[in-house]
Amino acid sequence: MSADTTDRQPVLDIRGLCVDYGYGDAATHAVIEADLTLHRGEVVGLAGESGSGKSTIAYGATRLLRQPGVVTDGIVRFTPDAGKPDETIDILEASPQQLRAIRWSDIALVFQAAMNSLNPVMSVQAQLIDTLAAHGRGASRRERIDRAGELLELVGISQDRLKSFPHELSGGMKQRVMIALALALEPQVVIMDEPTTALDVVTQRQIMEQIMGLRDRLGFSVLFITHDLSLLLEMADTIAIMYAGRIVETAPARQLFHAPRHPYTAALLDSFPSLHGERTVMTGIPGSPPDMRKPPAGCAFADRCKFALDRCTADQPVLSSPAIKADGRRQVACWLHEENELPEPLAAPEPAVQAAGAAPEGGSK
Amino acid sequence: MTDANPETQAVPVVNRPRGEVVLEAKGLTKHFKVRSKPQRGQRRTRGIVHACEDVNLTLEAGRVTAVVGESGSGKTTVSRMLAQLTKPTSGTITLEGKPAKGYGLRAYRHKVQMVFQDPFASLNPVHSVRYHLARPLKLHKRAGAGKEALAQAVEALLTRVKLAPTNQYIDKLPHELSGGQRQRVAIARALAAGPTVLLADEPISMLDVSIRLGILNLLGELRDNEKLAMLYVTHDIASARYFADTMTVMYAGRVVESGPSLDVTDNPQHPYTRLLLDAAPDPERETPATMQARGSAPSLIDPPSGCRFHPRCPLALPICSEQQPPDISVGEGHVAACWLRHDDYKNTTTTATAGDSPA
Ligand SMILES: Nc1ncnc2c1ncn2[C@@H]1O[C@H](COP(=O)(O)OP(=O)(O)O)[C@@H](O)[C@H]1O
Ligand SMILES: Nc1ncnc2c1ncn2[C@@H]1O[C@H](COP(=O)(O)OP(=O)(O)O)[C@@H](O)[C@H]1O
Ligand SMILES: [Mg+2]
Ligand SMILES: [Mg+2]
Repeated sequence: MSADTTDRQPVLDIRGLCVDYGYGDAATHAVIEADLTLHRGEVVGLAGESGSGKSTIAYGATRLLRQPGVVTDGIVRFTPDAGKPDETIDILEASPQQLRAIRWSDIALVFQAAMNSLNPVMSVQAQLIDTLAAHGRGASRRERIDRAGELLELVGISQDRLKSFPHELSGGMKQRVMIALALALEPQVVIMDEPTTALDVVTQRQIMEQIMGLRDRLGFSVLFITHDLSLLLEMADTIAIMYAGRIVETAPARQLFHAPRHPYTAALLDSFPSLHGERTVMTGIPGSPPDMRKPPAGCAFADRCKFALDRCTADQPVLSSPAIKADGRRQVACWLHEENELPEPLAAPEPAVQAAGAAPEGGSK
Repeated sequence: MTDANPETQAVPVVNRPRGEVVLEAKGLTKHFKVRSKPQRGQRRTRGIVHACEDVNLTLEAGRVTAVVGESGSGKTTVSRMLAQLTKPTSGTITLEGKPAKGYGLRAYRHKVQMVFQDPFASLNPVHSVRYHLARPLKLHKRAGAGKEALAQAVEALLTRVKLAPTNQYIDKLPHELSGGQRQRVAIARALAAGPTVLLADEPISMLDVSIRLGILNLLGELRDNEKLAMLYVTHDIASARYFADTMTVMYAGRVVESGPSLDVTDNPQHPYTRLLLDAAPDPERETPATMQARGSAPSLIDPPSGCRFHPRCPLALPICSEQQPPDISVGEGHVAACWLRHDDYKNTTTTATAGDSPA
C-alpha cells in the first residue's frame, strides 16, 4: 500500500534500542540494538519465535516496561503530526506529562492478553465512555455514548451490544472491543501484540480485514507483532524478522516472501504448510534459540544455521543492505552476503515491486 | 522410534494393517442441557445446546482423520465423546469391533488416549516429567516389575517423543520446559497407556509456528511406525492438509464435507469449506482473499433450520433454509452435505460457485 517511497515520513523511529531484564551478569538481554521504523500509514509486521523480544520492543519503546525491565540504550523518536518534524520527541527522554499525553491518544496498544483485561463488571459502553471521558473527549455523556456506539460499529459489532458485559461476548468480539478502545482516541500509531493469536482462523481474518480497512480510512500506522509470519505476508507493507533480541532482516512483504535474505527468514517461511501443490515433508526449525543471559559472540542463529561459516560464530553481523540490492528498503544481518556466492535459498532474484501508478523502483541501481 | 528396547513394553508391538478400522462412530449426537440466566422480569429458561448432530467418523490404523471447523463447531465435543469423557445423547461408538459401552472405563482408556490443546493446563505443575509418565505406566501395567524397569519405560517414552537425551528432561517440572517440550510430554503420557487410538484436540494451536511442524511430524511418525489411529482436531485447514489422510469439516455441530484431505482442500464442494480456505493465511495469493461468508457461527440453542450454514452462505437457495441437505457423493470417498451438489439444484446458481475451482 505504502509502496510510495517519496514522502515516507517516519512517525515512530526506533534506533539502537537495548532492553535488559535484571542487572549485571544475571541480566537477560531481551532486545539488542534494534532499529525499526514505522512510516505514516504503514503496516509493519514484526515476526519471530516466542522469546525473541518482540513484546519487549513494544513495551520498551513506549516505556511500559515493568520491573525488572530496563532500557539500557537507544532513541525512540515520535513525530506526532505530519509535516511537523520539529515536534519530534524522544519518548525515552520525555517527561511524565508528555508521556501521559502521548499514550493512548497518540500511540495505542492492543495486547494479546488484552482480551481478558476488559473489566468483567463493566459493560462495554461504560468502558468505552470511561476511556473517552478520561481523555476529555465528547462534550457530554450523550455524545460519548453516541461515540461509543460508533466505535463498536467501526470494529464490526452492532450497537445493540453496548450494554453487554465481557462474559457475554465471544473471544473474537472481546478482542474487537479492545481494538475499539484502542481507536477511541484516534491514535496515530497502533501497536498490536499478537491480537489474534488466541482466535480461530475465520475470526482472525475478519479482525485483520477490519484493521486494514480502518487503517485505509483513518490513516494510522500499525506495528503488528506475531509469531505467525504467514499472517503478515498478506497484510503488512514491511516485515521485520527478529531473532534472539535482534532484528535480523527487514524488507517489503512481497520481497521477503519471494526472496528471503536471512537463513532464519528462509527457515520461518518453511515452517507453515501450503494450501497448494504437492505435500512435502517440512521440518520447521530444529534446535532452539540461545539463552539470552549469555548471548553467543557471533550470530545467535549460527548453531541452527545450515550455511554457517567460521566467521558466523565469531563476529556479530550487522544489519545492512544485502549483496543483491533492491530499492534500498531491505536490510539483512548475515555474513553470507559478503561471500561471493550465496547458498541457493538466499539467492532468489528480487521480485518486482508492484506499486500502483508508480514506476518500478530498484531498476535504476 | 520402533527401535526402542522392546523389553520395556513401552512400545507396543503392532502388526495391525494400515487402514483397518479401529474406532467407529455412528450418528453421534450431543445435546447439552443448559439454563440461561434469568432475565429481568422473566423466568429462568431452559435450553438445549445442539452441539453435535449425527456425526459419523471412522478412525483407521495408521491413518490420521482431521476434524476441521471454526470454534464452536463441535470439534471438542466430538473428541470428548470418542474419549468417553462426554456421554453421547445418542449414537454408537465401536472400538475394535466391540461397542464402547462394553469396555470398562479403564480398559477403554488403555486403548483410546487424548492429547489436549493446552499442554500447560494438562500437566500438573508440581509433578516432574518422570511422575507424569510413570503414573500411567503403572496404572495400565505397561512396565515390567521393579523400579529399574519403570525407569527404563519412562526413558523409552521420552525417546519416542524425541526428548533426548532423556536425562535432560526426566526430572524437570512442566514450567521448566518450553511449550513444544510440554506438548511432547503430554503425547508421551498418552502413549504410556499403550493406546491404539490417539485423539489430539488442537495439539499445536497454542504453540509457536516454528515448532508446530515438529509436533505434527512426530505424530506422523507415530502413525506410520506404530500404526496409531489418530483424530486430529484443528481450526487450521492448512495443517490438516499437510498432516491428515482424510478430513471431516464441521460447521455448527454438523459434518458438511468429508473426504481424502487433498480432495477436500483442492476441490472443496461445500461453501463452508471454501470459507475456511479463504480465511487461512496464504502468501501465495496474488490478491487478498475476499471472504464471502462473514459473520460468526450461529447459536446452537436455536440452530438455523435446514442447512445450518444457510444464513451465512453466499450461495444459499430457498431449499437451504427449509431442509437439511442429504450427504451427496461428489467423488471417491468425498461427500458434501450441500443442496448445490444435488441433481435437482446443480444448475440453479449463476454466480461462480464455490468449489468449481479446478483441482
Ligand atoms: N519480566 C521478565 N523478566 C525476565 N525476563 C523476561 C521478562 N519478560 C520477558 N523476559 C525475557 O525476555 C525475552 C524476550 O521476551 P518477549 O519480549 O516476551 O519475547 P516475545 O514477545 O518475542 O515472545 C525472553 O527471553 C523472556 O524470557
Ligand atoms: N458442557 C457444555 N455445556 C453446554 N454447552 C457446551 C458444553 N460444551 C460445549 N458446549 C457448546 O457446544 C458447542 C460446541 O463446542 P465445542 O465442541 O467446544 O466446539 P469447538 O471445539 O469446535 O470449538 C459450543 O456452542 C459450546 O458452547
Ligand atoms: Mg510476546
Ligand atoms: Mg475445541
